[in-house]
Amino acid sequence: MAFYVVQFLTGLASAASLFLVASGLSIIFGVTRIVNFAHGAFYMIGAYIAFTLTERFSGAFGFWGGVVMAALAVALIGVIVEMVLLRRIYHAPELFQLLGTFGLTLMVEDLVVLIWGPDDLVGRRAPGFKGAVDFFGQNIPSYDLFLIVLGPVVLGILWLLFQRTRWGVLVRAATQDRDMVAALGVNQKWLFTSVFAVGVFLAALGGALQIPRDAVHHAMDLRIIVEVFVVVVIGGLGSIVGAFVAAVLVSELNAFGILIFPKISIILVFLVMAVVLIVRPWGLFGKPEAAARKTPGLTVNPWRPLTSNERLAALAALIVAAMLPLFAGNYALTVGSEIAIFVIFAVSLHFLMSVGGLASFGHAAYFGLGAYGVAFLAKMAGLPMIVCLLLGPLLGCMGAAVFGFFAVQLSGVYFAMLTLAFAQIVWSIAFQWVSVTGGDNGILGIWPEKWAASPSHFYWLALGVTALVTIALRVAVFSPFGYALRATRDSVLRSEAVGINAKRIQWTAFVIAGTTAGIGGALFAYLKGSVFPDNLGISLSVDALVMVLLGGVETVSGGVVGAIVYKALNIWLVSQTDLSKLVLGGFIVLIVVVLPKGIVGMLEMLAQRRRKASPPGSSLLAKPIESAE
Amino acid sequence: MSVATPLLAVEGLTKSYGGIHAVRGVSFSLRAGEILALIGPNGAGKSTCFDMLNGQNRPDSGHVRLLGEATTGKKPREIWRLGVGRTFQITATFATMTVRENVQVALISHEKQLFSLWGSAPNFDRGEAGRLLELVGMGGYADRPCGELAYGDLKRLELAVALANEPKLLLMDEPTAGMAPRERVDLMRLTARIAREKSIGVLFTEHDMDVVFEHADRIIVLNRGTLIAEGSPAEVRGNPQVQAVYLGEGLVYDARHREGASS
Amino acid sequence: MRARNYFVGAAFALLAGGMAHSALAQDIKIGEINSYSLLPSFTEPYRKGWQLAVEEINAAGGINGKKLVVISKDDGGKPADAQTAANELVSSEGVAMLTGTFLSNIGLAVSDFANQKKVFFLAAEPLTDAVTWSKGNKYTFRLRPSNYMQAAMLVEAAAKLPAKRWATIAPNYEYGQSAVAVFKKLMSEKRPDIQWVDEQWPPQGKIDAGPVVQAVAAANPEAILNVTFGPDLVKLVREGNTRGLFKGREVVSFLTGEPEYLDPLKDETPEGWIVTGYPWYSIKTPEHEAFLKAYQAKYNDYPRLGSIVGYQTIKAAAAIIAKAGSTDTDKMIAAAEGLSMPSPFGEITFRKIDHQSTLGAYLGKTAQKDGKGVMVDSTYKKGSDYLPSDAEVEKLRPRD
Repeated sequence: MAFYVVQFLTGLASAASLFLVASGLSIIFGVTRIVNFAHGAFYMIGAYIAFTLTERFSGAFGFWGGVVMAALAVALIGVIVEMVLLRRIYHAPELFQLLGTFGLTLMVEDLVVLIWGPDDLVGRRAPGFKGAVDFFGQNIPSYDLFLIVLGPVVLGILWLLFQRTRWGVLVRAATQDRDMVAALGVNQKWLFTSVFAVGVFLAALGGALQIPRDAVHHAMDLRIIVEVFVVVVIGGLGSIVGAFVAAVLVSELNAFGILIFPKISIILVFLVMAVVLIVRPWGLFGKPEAAARKTPGLTVNPWRPLTSNERLAALAALIVAAMLPLFAGNYALTVGSEIAIFVIFAVSLHFLMSVGGLASFGHAAYFGLGAYGVAFLAKMAGLPMIVCLLLGPLLGCMGAAVFGFFAVQLSGVYFAMLTLAFAQIVWSIAFQWVSVTGGDNGILGIWPEKWAASPSHFYWLALGVTALVTIALRVAVFSPFGYALRATRDSVLRSEAVGINAKRIQWTAFVIAGTTAGIGGALFAYLKGSVFPDNLGISLSVDALVMVLLGGVETVSGGVVGAIVYKALNIWLVSQTDLSKLVLGGFIVLIVVVLPKGIVGMLEMLAQRRRKASPPGSSLLAKPIESAE
Repeated sequence: MSVATPLLAVEGLTKSYGGIHAVRGVSFSLRAGEILALIGPNGAGKSTCFDMLNGQNRPDSGHVRLLGEATTGKKPREIWRLGVGRTFQITATFATMTVRENVQVALISHEKQLFSLWGSAPNFDRGEAGRLLELVGMGGYADRPCGELAYGDLKRLELAVALANEPKLLLMDEPTAGMAPRERVDLMRLTARIAREKSIGVLFTEHDMDVVFEHADRIIVLNRGTLIAEGSPAEVRGNPQVQAVYLGEGLVYDARHREGASS
Repeated sequence: MRARNYFVGAAFALLAGGMAHSALAQDIKIGEINSYSLLPSFTEPYRKGWQLAVEEINAAGGINGKKLVVISKDDGGKPADAQTAANELVSSEGVAMLTGTFLSNIGLAVSDFANQKKVFFLAAEPLTDAVTWSKGNKYTFRLRPSNYMQAAMLVEAAAKLPAKRWATIAPNYEYGQSAVAVFKKLMSEKRPDIQWVDEQWPPQGKIDAGPVVQAVAAANPEAILNVTFGPDLVKLVREGNTRGLFKGREVVSFLTGEPEYLDPLKDETPEGWIVTGYPWYSIKTPEHEAFLKAYQAKYNDYPRLGSIVGYQTIKAAAAIIAKAGSTDTDKMIAAAEGLSMPSPFGEITFRKIDHQSTLGAYLGKTAQKDGKGVMVDSTYKKGSDYLPSDAEVEKLRPRD
């Protein structure tokens, strides 16, 4: 019995720091609607700065003062980030802020290594909390007891802050209805800045308090960020109490899960999140999101099919691309194939995200399933390459059909998180089920057959498939189905009122996107000759999001351009410098600030401005007639 | 259509939320080509009533029959397929699509081509879409993004969209809310003309009594969830109960005002 | 080419390092790939090691009179990126051979690439047995003692312990799973009387140490096998110390004696764990003293195990090319098979049978000295003594 009590208390202790970080994320999202990917980075910087301060200043005052000072310092960094970066992009399309904070995260991961060195740092134990307390023969670290008390105390302080201060009232009001607060004449700028500072403070405090338990290292952020997203979503976005309950739930699941299912504790959390979201689509304590009054993207240029000239230009570009083998070497061709495959991956997500308004955070699952589909068929069934390429993506299709069915029941961030949960489940299976998937050692030896083996042949194959897929998806955008999908994105209410079964349309789009991603994955398996769990991991899913956002989420060809620019830059930087994350992150932040509509979005805006400027009379009513066929 | 089966028949419609009756035992009917106004002060149950007709809300008891077919428990999209077009109090359109595309979506749905991946949507029923837009006076705006339209134009667009499935019944929730007086009159005249030409039944709720008394063939009045009066504009105007309800709100109908507006 | 490098240098002047290699046609180029950005704590000392080797080789006149140039790439910890890098090195840079890699999956990915493209690959650090056995191939050699060898060294000591009730803690992925499997197999052969009372499989990099420690303690084992490393190990040790898990229990632990893992533990280093590792401070052989002196002179820092591996990888590559007298792949393979050479740990040989080197490791016990973790009572275990019989290896390895 004592054992279970202690196990429970241990879970509570882990819950405390998880709660601190999660509550910060939840508050920030509730008010600013920013999915702050950099939250883990702030947590990590908090730990690093606290390490430095607590090593520098001795004694109890040095330790506790160091922890608090570190959190304050990071909150200040948060304020600067909010004012310099985020303020510029609040009005950008949804999720664009994710791109900015993702760029920051990349930069921070390299910066901490530059500043604090590559070694894992182990900080001091907390003065006065070094030992353990005996509980019927079981030892409980006294620091755990401190954390167990701290969690509810912080919850209480936040509760008072939100219930008893004017600032708190504003924050709660803004969480429920942003537009109303703006209408009340509240200075939204400073409200957002202060909320961001408080959220970052909590994250940094959570990081600083890890010093006596954990090692400080440059991958801390990624370890916590996913778990924090899970907590926030299970609890319900914007709900502090929800974050607390969910943090306890997740931590106790970990604590007791290892006793019952020692090998799948990592999946357990995601399974629970998936179940919670399916049963309670807004989390345990969340409320349905108030429909935003502002229609998204009022300034969007109407989408239109390419004009004949533009088609010729696209064809010319394709011909130029097809001539690459005439003058480029094997390496350039292989890179070309890889970029082509990522174009497939990006346009598949673009179809779901831009056309369908469904931002999947786990799109790599279907890419990877396509790759594993090929691997199973080629290695176990020994089928020829062409058959594998045709059938492999079906695994992606099936995965998308099953997961998509549940995912499209939700929308917005909840949709994103459920897709993330599904992707993590698939990844965990691939990573841990070693006997079937080879675990992280992957499945090797899936090389193309002779007819496609040479880099130039494979390049033509990849380019051809990419062209076909891109054209097919473009046709789909301007097909009746594409219109129906855009309709469900713009207004579910109106779609249903004109007889559209929105969920089924979205489900179909999900399956199309998943299958297409699977085609990319199938080619990728042959390009690399192997598949690894990486192929369905979070970082690949984030890559896809970044490519779409970079290209321009409100445009038709953003996926293609974003994929080419991002992938080419990424490959080049990784090859040229060990600090590729710093440079790439900096580049992304720059793009976010300079081109808030993405690359294609910005080009379109420039083109439109020029068009408007030249013939003054012919602007609005006499727009060029669409040349569709 | 025989006289015996009305276009819309509502019987004993009841809905309560946590013990409070929002709508209680409401019954009425609507003939083809008739324009029926549903009025009542704030909180009278108009919206609840409306939502039960269009499938967004399920009644606790009572029936709604459309052309003799029970619609209770049907989803909005299924009710639309029975031939019901609707407009919203706060307009709901596809903001990033052009005016024509908004209508085309409805036409695509009407012709059950929603899952067609091959055809060209920009050319889909282009002529028909144009005719519908001309009908509501939006022909010149076909290529404008919907998000750029003025509010009155959005209302007209909604009407065009609502007409795309050749409806037998139009449900219009406060069709003129938020519009300038001149626009209100225009829109309702347009609606009335189309309804008579195509023999469409129209049920609308409205706050503006000028609009109601000028255009409705018949009026039903709700108060606290109960139907308190029904009849021609003249009958309703003379109903003391209605006057009492509206006096409370200070919204007495003014005959002179009406004449001034219609001249 | 030069213009491009100039541009790169100008644009990223701040980030100088590992860029802008200018090699002449008659130089011998070796390609090197590792997870520099993902695992800097291991790969930084490793890089210092191979840079020292390059310097020494060129100072001594290069390889058969030609200058040695190492072109190094980061793989970001991703097998797919490692293949892109391998491709660039082979197709674009025209390197004579590939070397490096730390993570097992990346080692396997590059090994498979080498097999497909018929390129010589000298795997530096990946531990998985598959590299030389189940997925071994003609083109791939490995320097560092494998999972099996480390397990065999630990089992030799562990089998002498009186403990009969054993628990295991290992990260739940291929490395952890195969380390536990080999250890259990070898241990059970030597000690049929022991019982395995508990297994903990925390997710790699995400150990929830408190509950894991509790759970192991609840099974009340007499001895514990640990396979976790890095930040997971730190958390495990901290929780285990506070909760008294290690009191009165023997612990046998993979790799924990390597400075990369031992040093961060400082004054929390547990006493008396049986570990494999690298006690650079107590190795008094002339070969190692020479290496240590050169390393400390160049970097003003002490070496980690990674330094040894990096140093010896490039030394081995140079020796292979020197013996082959050419950079022809088949000739290099022929030269490498059975080639013996000196190393800071003494003479090593690349076995013909499975292309595994006989580089060994130090086995000892952990202790604290002046608030730092050290290995004491350490002895060098030659790799050749901890490999299965040739007949068994033949069975494990696919025919070329």
